Amino acid sequence: MLQSNPTLRHILGRAGWYFLTFLVAVTINFLLPRLGDANPIDTIMARSTGNIDTKTAREREEAYLKEFGLIEVDDKGEIVRNPDGSPVKTPLIKQFGAYLVMSLKGDLGTSILQYPKKVSEIIKTALPWTIALQLPTIVLGWIIGNLLGALAAYKRGVFDRVLYPLALLASAVPAFCVGILLVYVFGIRLEWLPAVGGYDEGMVPSLSWEFIQSASYYYILPFLSIFLIVVGGQAIGMRSMCIYELGTDYVKYAKLLGIRESKILLYMFRNAMLPQLTGLALALGAMVGGALITEMIFSYPGLGMAVLTAIQGNDYPLITGCTLLVTVCVLVANFSVDILVGFLDPRIRAAQMGGK
Amino acid sequence: MFRGLLKSPAFVVGAGLFLLTILVALFAPLVIDVDTQTRVGLAYMPPSSEHWLGTDHLGIDMVSLLIAGLRASLHVGFLAGIVATVVGTLIGVYGGYKGGLIDDILTVATNLFLVIPSLIVLILLSSSLEEGRSLSLIALIIGCTTWTWSARAVRAQSASLRGRDHVALARINGYGTFGIVTLHILPYLLSYIFMVFILQTATGILSEASISMLGLGPYDSVSLGKILNEAIRNEALTDGAWWAFVPAMVLVTIIAFALYVINTAMEGVFNPRLRK
Repeated sequence: MLQSNPTLRHILGRAGWYFLTFLVAVTINFLLPRLGDANPIDTIMARSTGNIDTKTAREREEAYLKEFGLIEVDDKGEIVRNPDGSPVKTPLIKQFGAYLVMSLKGDLGTSILQYPKKVSEIIKTALPWTIALQLPTIVLGWIIGNLLGALAAYKRGVFDRVLYPLALLASAVPAFCVGILLVYVFGIRLEWLPAVGGYDEGMVPSLSWEFIQSASYYYILPFLSIFLIVVGGQAIGMRSMCIYELGTDYVKYAKLLGIRESKILLYMFRNAMLPQLTGLALALGAMVGGALITEMIFSYPGLGMAVLTAIQGNDYPLITGCTLLVTVCVLVANFSVDILVGFLDPRIRAAQMGGK
Repeated sequence: MFRGLLKSPAFVVGAGLFLLTILVALFAPLVIDVDTQTRVGLAYMPPSSEHWLGTDHLGIDMVSLLIAGLRASLHVGFLAGIVATVVGTLIGVYGGYKGGLIDDILTVATNLFLVIPSLIVLILLSSSLEEGRSLSLIALIIGCTTWTWSARAVRAQSASLRGRDHVALARINGYGTFGIVTLHILPYLLSYIFMVFILQTATGILSEASISMLGLGPYDSVSLGKILNEAIRNEALTDGAWWAFVPAMVLVTIIAFALYVINTAMEGVFNPRLRK
């Protein structure tokens, strides 16, 4: 079946590759926090120590160790003990196996800060906000940025001389600076728009008209701060792509034939688009990272804010849960772009059809 | 080649700006008294003739903090830039020249880490190192997470050099891999590698600022990112104390902008296709 369907084969090949990347990401998520000397249990214990005697403290510590899968448990749920009464520690490799199985099931463990709340629960409320903010913003910014870049390259002159340095400046300004400035100027000084948060205080997230109205009001500033940067970065890339395309033989030939400018621009645009799409796939990780920081500045109720509170409270399960999820989102987006490029690029399409 | 660069106005502007920040970082402490410890006044005092940029939330002189922060950020940028460029160049040049299985493995590894957001790896690494997050260690971590795209870019260039006559000639003359790479491939990539280094330095400075904004900054020094983090955490925004965060943002932006401009100007000079 695979022989007869090259497109499917291409998709499966990419899917396999991204699954491998996912496994590496899970491994990183598991190993890195365990490299350091900081232990989540010590963190909780340090927080809950007060006037409890050693015995209660020890019992509680063992309960936590069990909860986070750091010690061996037999079939009945009893803690396996060494002859001296101390619990048997689970070997790292076994912990990793359990972690892998749990991650694939979507179970990301228990939050320390908001114990006993599940990490997946916290993420479930944060994720829609992040996707609603970042997906449309990056896609729209990409389209507008490319259009502006192509225009700048084609028109040159004043258009290029004004737009290009502006775009260069916009892409050099770090994401968080744009965010801070927007908050300060429009949120605090002018008080035109709400400075922080995702919706009016006291409102409960729902699909009611009032809530959507309030949320879209809060949406404007974070949207703008991500949008401006994406537009700047994409416009620069597209401009140099188009300048390159302008020098190619087919454009010169088309000009000699007297084909309409708009039509040439369209041809050029199509050819310059593909590397830009691949570029988008590569830049997505950085964009999402920048956007996460924007979320923190605006106290937007998404993943960025969850990561920030988790870092401040040393909530390792929540940190790794969020980082894993962000990675997965970036991988999914990359995968979609890859498949899209496969459909759009005639060379890749031909390679598929050729059945190499 | 260098004369060509000096003729490009963009390069002169970018390099001038960047040199200026380096000079300030190097020589300002000799001219004015940089003190980031003593409280010289009340919290968030507005700019005055005595303290040009006011004070921070603890009443420490902002100009002192900014100069110390600038030094730290440049330190991180250069160190991270060097690490990322060296690692990326080694992997890229070696894979690109060798080809075959080694190249395949290195390319897959590079692409894997290219897709995983480096900020995420940065967060994971920094948050696991609870104690002892020194400025240099942060720079090292940043360098180790951002090398991927330089490896990819250098590999492509190095692979295109592999088939050149002078490389084949060197091989016939009995040069080993090391000799060929250092004597016959690297010299051709120098301008390219320098451009990679410029961009990696910018990435390093921005990454440090980002990670410090999250509260994962260095414990042993004041960096520009840390100034911003402190300002936001201590309500400088709502108090209207713009001098506590605007100068630091301007500095970060100027450095990044200058480096980007240098890079694009160099691209214009070295890449004849872009020349008009």
